[in-house]
Amino acid sequence: MRLYEFESKQLLARSGIRVPRSRLISSASSNFPSEDLLPGIVKVQTLTGKRALRGGVQAVDDVGAVGDFAERFLKQGFGDEPVDRILLEERIGFTEEYFLGITYDNRARKPLLLFSRHGGANIEETARSSPELVKTQLLPPDGEVRSYQAIEWLSEWGFSGKLLLRLAGLVRKMARLFHRYDALLLEFNPLAGTDAQDLVVLDCHLDIDDDALKRQALEFEGLSSRMEGARQPTEFEQKAREIDQLDYRGVAGRMIEFDGNLGLLIGGGGASLTAFDAVRNSGGSPANYCEIGGNPTVRKVQELTKLLVSRPGVDKLAVIMNVVSNTRSDLVARGVIKGMVEAGKDPSRTIAVFRLPGAGEEECRKILDYYGVPFCGREVSIDEAAALAVARAGNPADQLV
Amino acid sequence: MGILIDRSTTILVQGITGREASFFTRESLDYGARVVAGVTPGKGGQEVYGIPVYDCVKNALGNHRIDASVVSVPPFAVRDAALEAIENGIPLLVVMTERVPRRDVASLLHFARENGARVIGPNSLGLISPGESKLGAVGGNVENTLRTFTQGPVGVMSRSGGMTSEFANLLGQEGLGQSTCVSIGGDPMIGSTFQDLFPLFEEDGQTRAVALFCEPGGIMEEEFARFYAARIDPKPVVAFIAGRFADQMPGTRFGHAAVIVEGDRGSTRKKRELMQKAGIRVADRLSDVPKMIKGLLNHGHVH
Repeated sequence: MRLYEFESKQLLARSGIRVPRSRLISSASSNFPSEDLLPGIVKVQTLTGKRALRGGVQAVDDVGAVGDFAERFLKQGFGDEPVDRILLEERIGFTEEYFLGITYDNRARKPLLLFSRHGGANIEETARSSPELVKTQLLPPDGEVRSYQAIEWLSEWGFSGKLLLRLAGLVRKMARLFHRYDALLLEFNPLAGTDAQDLVVLDCHLDIDDDALKRQALEFEGLSSRMEGARQPTEFEQKAREIDQLDYRGVAGRMIEFDGNLGLLIGGGGASLTAFDAVRNSGGSPANYCEIGGNPTVRKVQELTKLLVSRPGVDKLAVIMNVVSNTRSDLVARGVIKGMVEAGKDPSRTIAVFRLPGAGEEECRKILDYYGVPFCGREVSIDEAAALAVARAGNPADQLV
Repeated sequence: MGILIDRSTTILVQGITGREASFFTRESLDYGARVVAGVTPGKGGQEVYGIPVYDCVKNALGNHRIDASVVSVPPFAVRDAALEAIENGIPLLVVMTERVPRRDVASLLHFARENGARVIGPNSLGLISPGESKLGAVGGNVENTLRTFTQGPVGVMSRSGGMTSEFANLLGQEGLGQSTCVSIGGDPMIGSTFQDLFPLFEEDGQTRAVALFCEPGGIMEEEFARFYAARIDPKPVVAFIAGRFADQMPGTRFGHAAVIVEGDRGSTRKKRELMQKAGIRVADRLSDVPKMIKGLLNHGHVH
């Protein structure tokens, strides 16, 4: 879960890390007092990257310019993303732009500190072309960097005097904050160094571990519904998500929409990836990717089936899972059949393949038999099941003729 | 013989009174695995399928020798449970719980390393040495486990829990049994990677080839390729990489720092390329894996 810049900066300020003075603007019509922050910088508050390159950051010298900027983006949004807030900050004069980041090194199983004197938007490029310009250091997993450790690292990276001490202090606070908030990523970029050797975080990126959100109890608005990444879910994907939330048991709704004619009810995680590739390898055209697993309830499978087969252009449904141990194949069969019937489809004509060996397979076979649907067991591989489904679904182009 | 466990391995289940844990405890017992004790704080003195429940690991150790612990407790309780097992000297832990915060995973793995304990997972379905024993829920009930897993020369490591069974089933359909099948865990940070476990398969007399189930994302395959390339005359490895379609999808971006750490690695195309260069056979289709392994076993392995 990525926090907005203004949210991250509130946490920074609370941890004693200096950020520019600022004001949040959420309405274009109100009269916001901003003289004390001018000349300043206005920035749209979005969760997508490369904001500055896309015109979302602007220097402003008077109240009129602030108003114009706010009105434009609050009305239009930024790209596909609606904008609810603009951050106005005082302009900080600086001589140095540093990069400071912490993320997990999954191989070393520890947080990793990254530092560069060449901060700014091009840091990735710099790291690629001149990796020696980015310094790295593994951190202790408890977030407690000792003062002397930070001084050792920064001294080795060429710092001395007051700046050395200030950077060391900042690194310690940063490591503690990363730990305290269950962060997966914390970046100060750029971190400004001023003439007076003050350090001010001009922009900040903070991702909190989704799996820790409950214990973090952050007070920010709308955290539960916040979507990350540029791509908004389609209406169809949103419906699948709602079905998944019907019940906490099992997964039955992680869904990505495609434009093919063969609906897929596939799982679990690894088998979904395998089955989707197999369908495409056989020349099939999937209508969706999804993952079911963890023994979903009959109701979830039923609703999901209904959603899948009700899509215009979807003629057949393929049900393919790995040999299951926890998920019960008979319960999945029940859900699929119920969903089909409710959607007014004939299971024997609509189910292209049903491959679900493992727990409950005898009962599953009986249910399918009754509806005239052949059951594929463990002797049919995922690849073979996918090929069968594609053969039965036919080519959507042929059916137009 | 297989790796990590055999029929003499004595097993503790932490969180044994939970719904899932009591299920797989019964299934493990049915399979012949030696579950000897369970722990659920506050429920000491109860029994689960005849297995005594203790309030803490220390109390369980008062009455039992314990070789391995299966941790199946709620996500926020995992770190504490793992630390408890490690501090009490249990050398092997399988952490089944999903959605454990990364901070806790880093912390417990650090503690395990300092104390010489091995951790499989988190988010592992478990591991099984067919005909010997199993830890965790892998295979499910006893009939399904017996039908899916057979004894033989192939070691299996899988990033996906479900595909651990699928892989074993596929091999078994072609007459290839397994030495040990390990669901290593689906999370980005886990205790035992392909690279960490491969040397054990190399030392194991029963294992003659190793099969890997790989997924997009992360850099475990890339790291393993580099490691494998540097081994002298290693046992043959056949890998299948699922999710090739994901390469063509707009990836999730994780910020500059993650890109700097992981670079543009993580795509299945890159994984495939590096693994092949290292001498690992990569199957185009999952169902090609058995015949590729047979080919390697019949002709001896040439590296």
